[in-house]
Amino acid sequence: MPIQVLMPALSPTMEKGNLAKWLKKEGEPIKSGDVIAEIETDKATMEVEATDEGTLGQILIPEGTADVAVNTPIATILADGESAADLAKAVSPAKQEKAAESAPPAQAKAEAPAPKAEEKVPAAPKAVSEPEPEVPAGTEMITQTIREALRDAMAEEMRRDPDVFLMGEEVAEYQGAYKVSQGLLQEFGARRVIDTPITEHGFAGIGIGAAMAGLKPIVEFMTFNFAMQAMDQLINSAAKTLYMSGGQMGCSIVFRGPNGAAARVAAQHSQDYSSWYSHIPGLKVIAPFSAADYKGLLKSAIRDPNPVIFLENEVLYGHSGEVPKLDDYIVPIGKARVARKGQHVTIISWSNGMTYSLKAADELAKEGIEAEVVDLRTLRPMDTETIVESVKKTGRAVTVEEGWQQSGVGAEVAARIMEHAFDYLDAPVTRVSGKDVPMPYAANLEKMALPSVAEVVEAAKAVCYR
Amino acid sequence: MAAPKKSVTKEAGQEKGDSSPPEFTKEQELKALRDMLLIRRFEEKAGQLYGMGAIGGFCHLYIGQEAVVVGMQMTLKKGDQVITGYRDHGHMLACGMEAKGVMAELTGRRGGYSKGKGGSMHMFSVAEHFYGGHGIVGAQVSLGTGLAFANRYRENDFVSLAYFGDGAANQGQVYESFNMAELWKLPVVYIIENNRYAMGTSVARSSAQTDFSKRGASFNIPGRQVDGMDVRAVKAAGDEAVAWCRAGKGPYILEMQTYRYRGHSMSDPAKYRTREEVEKVRHDHDPIEQVRNRLLAANVSEQDLKSIDAEVRDIVNAAADFAQHDPEPDPSELYTDVYR
Repeated sequence: MPIQVLMPALSPTMEKGNLAKWLKKEGEPIKSGDVIAEIETDKATMEVEATDEGTLGQILIPEGTADVAVNTPIATILADGESAADLAKAVSPAKQEKAAESAPPAQAKAEAPAPKAEEKVPAAPKAVSEPEPEVPAGTEMITQTIREALRDAMAEEMRRDPDVFLMGEEVAEYQGAYKVSQGLLQEFGARRVIDTPITEHGFAGIGIGAAMAGLKPIVEFMTFNFAMQAMDQLINSAAKTLYMSGGQMGCSIVFRGPNGAAARVAAQHSQDYSSWYSHIPGLKVIAPFSAADYKGLLKSAIRDPNPVIFLENEVLYGHSGEVPKLDDYIVPIGKARVARKGQHVTIISWSNGMTYSLKAADELAKEGIEAEVVDLRTLRPMDTETIVESVKKTGRAVTVEEGWQQSGVGAEVAARIMEHAFDYLDAPVTRVSGKDVPMPYAANLEKMALPSVAEVVEAAKAVCYR
Repeated sequence: MAAPKKSVTKEAGQEKGDSSPPEFTKEQELKALRDMLLIRRFEEKAGQLYGMGAIGGFCHLYIGQEAVVVGMQMTLKKGDQVITGYRDHGHMLACGMEAKGVMAELTGRRGGYSKGKGGSMHMFSVAEHFYGGHGIVGAQVSLGTGLAFANRYRENDFVSLAYFGDGAANQGQVYESFNMAELWKLPVVYIIENNRYAMGTSVARSSAQTDFSKRGASFNIPGRQVDGMDVRAVKAAGDEAVAWCRAGKGPYILEMQTYRYRGHSMSDPAKYRTREEVEKVRHDHDPIEQVRNRLLAANVSEQDLKSIDAEVRDIVNAAADFAQHDPEPDPSELYTDVYR
């Protein structure tokens, strides 16, 4: 059956073009791939290649014709053994396999899905997190540093699952640039505790590839400042592949390391990436404060089947806290914690921002203001419910973060409070944050660039109109 | 800016002075012919559907390069992994993925390999050990090295094939991966499909070292230039490289000298090369015609070859039909597969 050649679209936006030139004449033989014509748009001239074999039967649109609509039949190709007498039976390629012998020339149109009423965007699913398991009464608590809590979390998960391994710069023989991985090489050997060259982009990609093959890597960045080198792999490969594969292939991987300001290391080593990662669907983002949460959440992160960004804080590594002495202490991802109860104002923070927040709450209590302090712990998925419940009670909210304000996590928290608790607010939500400058080196300027207890106290009093 | 250097790349299809590659058996020739034809006809149909507006966005066709992936696939065993960039339709078909599912993904339908959520550049099949389908130039090189890392970690003897182009070969993460692959002796074959143009920029205009087989030299990774238009040469070189990796000797680089007949993507007017250049490669070095001519010389009948043509056309037409009639994804799929 003769085949129609249609005016092709050269780009998704092209609607019409000019038929500039025919390179084959009627009656000439044509092989698949032969250039038969040239067409022009306002942007480019392109060649039309034949995708069928036979003889050019008839030119339907002469050269020099302007504004030929896409999908208009422009010529007919006769198959072997057919003649001009068969031209009337020509069909468009889309219908080729179905058309009956007697069918009239087909309407040249790809069978795009039938137009239907505008589809409604379905409601976004609500994030659900596991309930936090109760620590049994009488559980022994051990005091350990956050550094030790992280090491224990990794060691326990590596004992539990042979597919878990740790890779990063100086994690093995050096025992960790910040001594977080102390002892792991000795216990698990060089196969599972792997020193990498200084090559963040490369080892992030290798870790993600290993995770796509089913392993469960923990990739340590010496600091998240260096992870900017690897950002493409984290976002484009780790976060998006599950969706792009229709759920077929994802990666269970943890990227961890210190994030945000340390002390006197200046702009390139002091950035807080909380808002960067929490922007991305497909990632989970955790930024704990207490030693117990560091341990329980890292264990959850390692078991999670999704890519998890685990933001630690260098200043906190040496801080000690009480950790339940349990065989398997787990804190669920996606659950905020009320770190201090109060009824006058809600202070919302996470990671080292909690240091200012809790101290400020002590100060405020001296002046008769009882602040409720919410530690987000997980930034994505964010526990909106705990924030909103607290604000409904207090009617006032202050966010505290070391990062910058613009498009920051505090801005997101403020928006959610506005969306879900507007009628309960007695004052505008106020943000305390890092100042809008690259981190300065000089001690006095650095101190000013970070939030302070005094700023949190001042903000809390302001929203209480005191 | 310096004037472009004169091209020193040899023409695709020219032998490097080696003797002819080992002959294929008749069965191997027939299989190679069928698999290459399937890719060619599939891609031609995809181009046609694109022209009709049934396929949106980007669509990068593999026409001309078929011998590379078909020859390499003949060297693998079940369980070996394959990963590539955005010009990926041929790799998927060669890995055994179904034409229907690939075409339906191109048209964004629910029966596509990614349920219509990935499109031309993002398809995967864990069952066929095909790991994508990646849209960021060069990213698949680190990921493919990670697949090899997993093989090493599990102490099995599977090999990962990481395909990338002459353009991707200039990305930084490629060399970061080379370094770690050799350092840790990872079983990965890096296959550089040198089709002479990174989009519109010729190799000579983009690459200080145009012999891509030497790109691993400073990491001590062995490399070979291969006539990527001759499926027998590809298979022979692939056998050597894969054996090297399986034996635990580390990575291997194969520069496949090939050529793409079509533009970089569908909207590429290809003004950076002459029609004569394209015609010459097609006429003198076409990978499919080479096999067809050898089979005819070996007294395989025209009729037998025509029946392969017909079988392949049926598969492709059925795929195109399915891809145009399968429904779009259900709206409820918008929010699925973000997390597991």
